[in-house]
Amino acid sequence: MVDRSRRDFLKKAATGATAAVIPFANVRIPVIDVTIEELLQSHYKEMSEEEKQRVIERLEKEYREKYGIDATIKTTPPKKGVVWGYALNIQKCIGCRRCVYACVRENNQSRANPKEPWRGEIQWIRVLEFEKFEIHPGGKAKDFRTKFGEVLAGINLEESEHYYHPEEVPEKDKFYMPIQCQQCERPPCVKVCPTKATWKEPDGIIVVDYNWCIGCRFCIAACPYWARRFNWSDPYIPKEEINPKMHYLGNRIRMKGVVEKCTFCIQRTREGRYPACVEICPVGARKFGNLLDPESDVRKVLEKKRVFRLKEELGTQPKFFYFMD
Amino acid sequence: MGKLIDFVITSIKVSLTGSKKYYAWLASLLLLVIFGGISYYYQLKYGLIITDIRDQVSWGSYIANFTFLVGVAAAAVMIVLPAYLYNYKEFKHITIFGELLAVGALVMCLSFVLIDLGRIDRMFHLLPITGTPNWPQSMLTWDVIVLNGYLFLNLLIPGYLLYKAYVREKPRKWIYIFILISIPWAISIHTVTAFLYGGLAARPFWNTAIMAPRFLASAFTAGPALMIIILQIVRRYTCVGKPGCKLVVSDRALFTLAHIALISMLVNLFFLGSEIYTVAYAATSHLAPLKYLFFGLEHNGVTYAKLKPYMWAAITMEIIAALLLLFPKTRKNFTTLNIACIFAFVGIWTEKGMGLVIPGFIPTPIGEIWEYYPTLMEIMITLAVWALGFLVYTLLLKIAIGILAEDVVHPSAKDKEMPEGH
Repeated sequence: MVDRSRRDFLKKAATGATAAVIPFANVRIPVIDVTIEELLQSHYKEMSEEEKQRVIERLEKEYREKYGIDATIKTTPPKKGVVWGYALNIQKCIGCRRCVYACVRENNQSRANPKEPWRGEIQWIRVLEFEKFEIHPGGKAKDFRTKFGEVLAGINLEESEHYYHPEEVPEKDKFYMPIQCQQCERPPCVKVCPTKATWKEPDGIIVVDYNWCIGCRFCIAACPYWARRFNWSDPYIPKEEINPKMHYLGNRIRMKGVVEKCTFCIQRTREGRYPACVEICPVGARKFGNLLDPESDVRKVLEKKRVFRLKEELGTQPKFFYFMD
Repeated sequence: MGKLIDFVITSIKVSLTGSKKYYAWLASLLLLVIFGGISYYYQLKYGLIITDIRDQVSWGSYIANFTFLVGVAAAAVMIVLPAYLYNYKEFKHITIFGELLAVGALVMCLSFVLIDLGRIDRMFHLLPITGTPNWPQSMLTWDVIVLNGYLFLNLLIPGYLLYKAYVREKPRKWIYIFILISIPWAISIHTVTAFLYGGLAARPFWNTAIMAPRFLASAFTAGPALMIIILQIVRRYTCVGKPGCKLVVSDRALFTLAHIALISMLVNLFFLGSEIYTVAYAATSHLAPLKYLFFGLEHNGVTYAKLKPYMWAAITMEIIAALLLLFPKTRKNFTTLNIACIFAFVGIWTEKGMGLVIPGFIPTPIGEIWEYYPTLMEIMITLAVWALGFLVYTLLLKIAIGILAEDVVHPSAKDKEMPEGH
């Protein structure tokens, strides 16, 4: 504690004191478009409750002025005795991508805008399409593979199709596998972050302080599941589509130059609701719950089904499980 | 203190006085910096969207050039080490050129890293007290330490020696401690940079133990190759090496550098070959990035192979360079030597810049193939950083040559001879 208060003192001395007495707090620096107050804001984990409140009020005001919406930004902390886990039934998944779009709406991700194509579209969930199996009899004679032919089956990520667009899903002979943040117990993204702007919460969710991220994208390079997205430009979200129920570490509106990712809908799950992707899934392929509670949906799956995790060999220990009936 | 201020003022004056050709050179570099600066203004305003870097390939030209240039900076050690540890006389006069090149290269490295940040306004989050550096976990925090430390060493050492020469005093012993420290420190900057990549299990193309050795071998080829070219330019356009000049750049020094470049190039090709063998013979799914690099990847009937021609060109250039450097006849002929140096430099720039960074992202960890190709604005910014580095290097060289060879001296020391140790 002594260390911490000393650190705070030094920090305040260095950054010019607390927000209340920052001179020119509301002055907006041109080009990069940030206020002095925003620039000197502390790391989320080092903020006092009072500081958090002030930042939230500022953000809510900003959203009101910019979008004309009344947003509420919560900072609901994790519950004790809860570690969130997820289970996805790849046999049931029909590849409809409703989860993708529900996630985009729920989490205020940047939309595609035909009028301003330079603003990037962001989706946290990627659904992969696989052939159930492929048999190519014969094969190439020169090849070192068997002359009886080539057989492809199962989850071979490099054979996956990301941009499938059939009239109707599911297609015959295809199966689907959605991938999103696997909320690793040993997250490589957290390890490589040079500023501790991303971390694992006590309930197991990996979050980002969007105001602390410097945008180096080391975490994107380190993620084996391609689960992180970058704001290459200012996000574009039509006013009427903004979800006003926000969490500071979750779906509040991001700014250009920072990384974002799935938080298991922290703004919902910490209020006792299911993530949006779980709720929307028309076939009930998605299960969610407290890994520490034997009665939870996810624990029941772990008990009754054979599950696997993606890239287990990398030692990341995801809390996202895949299973089949 | 007064003398030190005189030193700084004189240095600035010397660096800004020169022939018409000198001014034309400075002006053209400055012009490139300005063009890039304008592009960077748009990047600040609209974000990294003005580049072609995206979620799939999340680092591009900036980080590729950064990686290569850390090697150029580290390569100064190949001159410092023989000169100070083995007392190799031929290198005594050229160490300063190497150390100052390191400064120029580091200016570029740090600029590239900063330009690549999405939020440069928050870079103080990386530092202690004003930020929360994730040290020792994050390799990037190590890189901040070693790169800035190396910059400090390479400003201190030549700065101090030049100052002492300016006032015609013998350098004190303590500076040699810093010179000795600079040797392993040079190795460290490129090792840490290699570890940035090598530690990522998500990217099999980078996740290999040969990364740091390969980085060093390629650096010790490209660095000396560039040095050979620069020293010849210095010999042609300044008094250096002319009769009566106090600074000598001997042919022997250049040939020794060529020898260093040769051995490093052979080691580099050996490492590259080992890497290719291991990945290609095992032929697991880790083969894909390498396949992309040399042959392109096919998906849905479309072949993605934007890097292929560059990579083949790079490997061809490296092999030609190795052969030209291998035979004494071509190594000691300046025409063929220069071709070898240019080929070695450009070859390694391609192989270890874009050729190393981009395929690490292709395909993505979940199998998407997405190609990157820098935009015009991105290229302008990249060029501007190179121009900035050469601008800094030119100004520093001008000062060094002025003091060491052209009798720029403090008024109080006018009649003194240059003491030993310079």
